[in-house]
Amino acid sequence: MSQISIKGVKKSYGKSQVVHGVDVEIEAGEFVVILGPSGCGKSTLLRMIAGLEGISAGEISIGGKVVNDLEPRERGCAMVFQNYALYPHMTVRQNIGYSLKVARVPKAERDARVMAVAKSVGLETFLDRRPGELSGGQRQRVAMARAMVREPKVFLFDEPFSNLDAKLRVAMRAEVRRLHRDLGVTSVFVTHDQIEAMTLADKLIIMNAGNVEQVGRPTEVYNNPASRFVADFIGSPAMNLFDGEFDAEGQFLYGKGGRMAVPLLNGVRSPGRKVVLGVRPESVRRIGADAHGAIPAVVDYVEELGASRLIHAEANGSRFVAVDTDMTEITSGMPVHLSIDGTALHLFSAEDGRRITH
Amino acid sequence: MERTAYYRNSVLPWLLLAPQLLLVLVFFYWPTSQALYWAFTLEQPWGGGNAWVGLQNFLNIFRDNAYWATVLRSGLYALVTTGLSMSVALILASFVDRSLKGTKFFQSVYVWPYAIAAPAAGVAFRFIFAPESGLVGSLNEIWPGLWNPAINGGQALLMVMVCHAWLGIGYNFIFFLAALQMIPRSINEAGAMDGARPLRRIFDLQLPLIAPTAFFLLIMNIISSFTDSFGLIDTMTEGGPYGQTEVMVYKIYFDGFKTLDYSGAAAQSIVLMFIVIGLTFIQFKWVERRVHYH
Repeated sequence: MSQISIKGVKKSYGKSQVVHGVDVEIEAGEFVVILGPSGCGKSTLLRMIAGLEGISAGEISIGGKVVNDLEPRERGCAMVFQNYALYPHMTVRQNIGYSLKVARVPKAERDARVMAVAKSVGLETFLDRRPGELSGGQRQRVAMARAMVREPKVFLFDEPFSNLDAKLRVAMRAEVRRLHRDLGVTSVFVTHDQIEAMTLADKLIIMNAGNVEQVGRPTEVYNNPASRFVADFIGSPAMNLFDGEFDAEGQFLYGKGGRMAVPLLNGVRSPGRKVVLGVRPESVRRIGADAHGAIPAVVDYVEELGASRLIHAEANGSRFVAVDTDMTEITSGMPVHLSIDGTALHLFSAEDGRRITH
Repeated sequence: MERTAYYRNSVLPWLLLAPQLLLVLVFFYWPTSQALYWAFTLEQPWGGGNAWVGLQNFLNIFRDNAYWATVLRSGLYALVTTGLSMSVALILASFVDRSLKGTKFFQSVYVWPYAIAAPAAGVAFRFIFAPESGLVGSLNEIWPGLWNPAINGGQALLMVMVCHAWLGIGYNFIFFLAALQMIPRSINEAGAMDGARPLRRIFDLQLPLIAPTAFFLLIMNIISSFTDSFGLIDTMTEGGPYGQTEVMVYKIYFDGFKTLDYSGAAAQSIVLMFIVIGLTFIQFKWVERRVHYH
């Protein structure tokens, strides 16, 4: 049985609806990441699970119990907030122990539990400081310790690392992963950072404009994006997407007179059908001018990444991004020839943006 | 980085300061120094010279039991009005801070009393508390003779204190509300996730975080309750019945302008001034230490 079950959940503020009916099942012990651009309703969804926002329609249950009308304290969730939301007038010890104090846990037990949790996140020497005297990373640990000490059924993370610098973020990511492995508590993590999402998630929920676009394992979402939005959103650099249609011979027409042979799309090549063709930059390669199917293009600019580089080029009025590992000199304005791996094509409907299976 | 402006013209800064200096000199230092001088002399009621008496005026008032009664009454007055006004304002501000329906409306409504002049409020409250006809007077229909501030000194004092507290609520409310709204919403939410109920969150999280504001209001309210009660008492009870609503400022007025004891009144105002200064000093010295500024 799933630990958290979300059925047809909607949220509206007055007349404007921000979450349009979400259905998701989260299994016990799973680490689920909700990923989406800002304003997509991902935090709102998390806050509805937490009980900090009312549910306009639908049903959320945690551990088999419908929680729609329960207060946050009755839901057994602990939350880590984006800005940590530590109590500035309390010491680290008091911050971590506050929920236990509210729950009237005896002082001796409370102290022991606070100490144990503080040790597990490396805070035991900071217990008597106030949050104002801690660094960003330490505050983050206090926020996590505060959530852990209650031994909740569910952890909720609301973009917890967005205030940290890049290096600390990677370290905290590893820490969260380790804690999840050790504790095995069901976790829901909201972020707009796809790297964070890909590396942490057992299951990824991609949201856009109040709708769930796709639910799946990170590799699944990466390899089989369910919609044009997901294809564009997941992956860095982003997927090359071309609006176009098929002609009578089954060739793909795009941009200003661009023409591409796509033999593997046999079943779906009906003439005049408007589609979006997607191909990841790593499936676009630079080849010799005389190779079969080479697309002549002009280099716009090159991004050096060290081990590889990204070639931004233009062909037939369309932009291409290619990953290139051959380090011969390339400069802006140079002509190059590109080839597309025909086995790695993604196809989406031009009308609703959904994936067309082939 | 400290920034200092330099003027080539040495007169200009003084000219710029002049309006403010003039105001302070004319309306504060001059009367204060005058009062100080009178407090050490015996002033003739109808003018025409005075005699230096040293500390005699102070000894006279300190030996007077009626004066000490006034001082105690002022202390009670300060405690009750400050406590009542601040706690009611805090309760209202907590309600408004929860941003329920109609918040915007009540936000303005609760501030209005502050715009009412004390004597006007005094007259209004006289009607409200009138034993024959007022709202509270209807108690007398159930228990005849229960409420009559015109003959019961305790009731008269209560009436004035309630009115004074009511006048201050708007001011306190606005400050409390602003302070509550400065607290990040997520701190309150973290408290909710930690299992604390709303009342518990108010005491554990919100009150400690608005302590600096509460401290400021405490000083302002206590000073106000010592010095601003004149208008109310004059319109509501004129110190009566039997001087039972006479607080320090009212006694200063009464002794000075009604019985023409200028010197005694001057000595009393000096004492009042030192009490207010002393209270403020003590508060800064002792209370501020317990307040966490961040």
